[in-house]
Amino acid sequence: MTLDAGAAGRIFREESGRVVAALISMFGDIDLAEDAVQEAFAIALQKWPVTGVPPNPGGWITATARNGAIDRLRRDARGAELVREVAAQANSARPSSEPFEKEPVPDDRLRLIFTCCHPALAARAQVELTLRLVCGLSTAEVAQAFLTSEPTMAKRLVRTKHKIKTAKIPYRVPEESELPDRLRTVLTTIYLTYTTGQAKPDAEADLCAEAIWLGRTLRLLMPDDAEVAGLLALMLLTESRRPTRTDAQGELVLLRHQDRERWDRSLVDEGQALVRWCLRRSQPGTYQLQAAIAAVHADAETFQDTDWKQIFALYDQLMVVAPTPVVALNRAVALGEVHGAEAGLREIDMLALSDYYPFHAAKAEFLQRQGRTEEAARAFMVASSLAPNGPEKLFLQQRAEGRQVSP
Amino acid sequence: MTQYMLSAHTSGAGERRPQMTEAEISEVVTAVRRIEAEMRSAGAWVFGGRLHDPSTATVVRPSGDDVLTTDGPFAETKDHLGGFYIVNADDLDGALRWASQVATAVQAAIEVRPLVDEMPA
Repeated sequence: MTLDAGAAGRIFREESGRVVAALISMFGDIDLAEDAVQEAFAIALQKWPVTGVPPNPGGWITATARNGAIDRLRRDARGAELVREVAAQANSARPSSEPFEKEPVPDDRLRLIFTCCHPALAARAQVELTLRLVCGLSTAEVAQAFLTSEPTMAKRLVRTKHKIKTAKIPYRVPEESELPDRLRTVLTTIYLTYTTGQAKPDAEADLCAEAIWLGRTLRLLMPDDAEVAGLLALMLLTESRRPTRTDAQGELVLLRHQDRERWDRSLVDEGQALVRWCLRRSQPGTYQLQAAIAAVHADAETFQDTDWKQIFALYDQLMVVAPTPVVALNRAVALGEVHGAEAGLREIDMLALSDYYPFHAAKAEFLQRQGRTEEAARAFMVASSLAPNGPEKLFLQQRAEGRQVSP
Repeated sequence: MTQYMLSAHTSGAGERRPQMTEAEISEVVTAVRRIEAEMRSAGAWVFGGRLHDPSTATVVRPSGDDVLTTDGPFAETKDHLGGFYIVNADDLDGALRWASQVATAVQAAIEVRPLVDEMPA
């Protein structure tokens, strides 16, 4: 089989996380694992065009990386002891001399994910390291995703790995008592990856796709957890609307104006199936509830058909587990949709969120519906001035100017 | 096994926290003593102590071939080291478990930092 760079890249990306995780398990050193895997890729790029892609590419890369790591350790005097340890472990666990070429590579990715998403690491550092080690993005690709230079990102990654090594962040899946909190950090990091991708739709590395891949991988590794399923459902349902989120000019399109025919139906179906699975578990959580809300929107054929009563009920539940300003505001908006603009405005006014631009945007929307055009324009202006640069800021400015948004 | 320093920083002079009642102080002391006893029985305790006010500090500074002695503290910062523990732990998670208990007991932030593993002479 001829191998082109594209096909090789895909294989590497697909296998990378698993191989890195396995190597770290073997040698207890992230840098050694990372370097060994990089070298194995380079060797593969030389050999595979000649020999063809091996039947078990993951196994081949793991074996090659392992041998490279052992060679490297032998050259390093301090590594000699480690090599003896590794050899002893390998001999006791696997009698065969070609341990990985034939057998499937054990999946240690859960340990890797929990390590990369340790709360002792800054949120952004968690995302960067997860993208690099678990998703197999190159340092350059991660840099580009965060609009920074490769040397800067390389330094950041070195610092993060240094912290893991020096502070001794353990390479393991947390024990049961700590698992719920630690899993929460992992889910937050994956979702942060997704929302970062949303904010940078033109980046070469599609962070939304990486986040969904992480969500799927986590679901594979933790098939019984409802919040894991909930996060995946939320991302799939949000992603399904991607074709309609911005128009041809790159400007933001409101949910109510999106052409639902263009929503990705297969993603909607998958998301809704997950939500139904979650409902049967009866272990509600923040991501499941957010996913359920997205599913209710996806159920409606048009915006006018939206079941706002259900959405309001879900936000009521969400307020119990995650009483944040965003949730409170969205709940107030849902209430307004159910009981009318006046009720909505009263509810919104009870929330003192004057620094929060969506607060003003929501007020403006209801004021507009009541025909209070001038007040609405002022509120849109305030919202626009508070909003960060991007399509939403532009959009709010246009509403302030009274420009009609495309239907 | 790695050693970690758990340190508590007090807010600077002039920014006192609301005065605790005798009962509240006594509660904190009891909780802290319990944690220290657990550290000892778990083999985690290495050393620890509370420090007197920063105004009691003295600084010795190299100056050419000599040293200069001045009234402390070292850093003109708002926060000063109030107390510390040195604990043994297998990994950061172990150190963080102790730190969480201490943070809850004294209702203050605790910094956890690994000590450099000095090779024996």
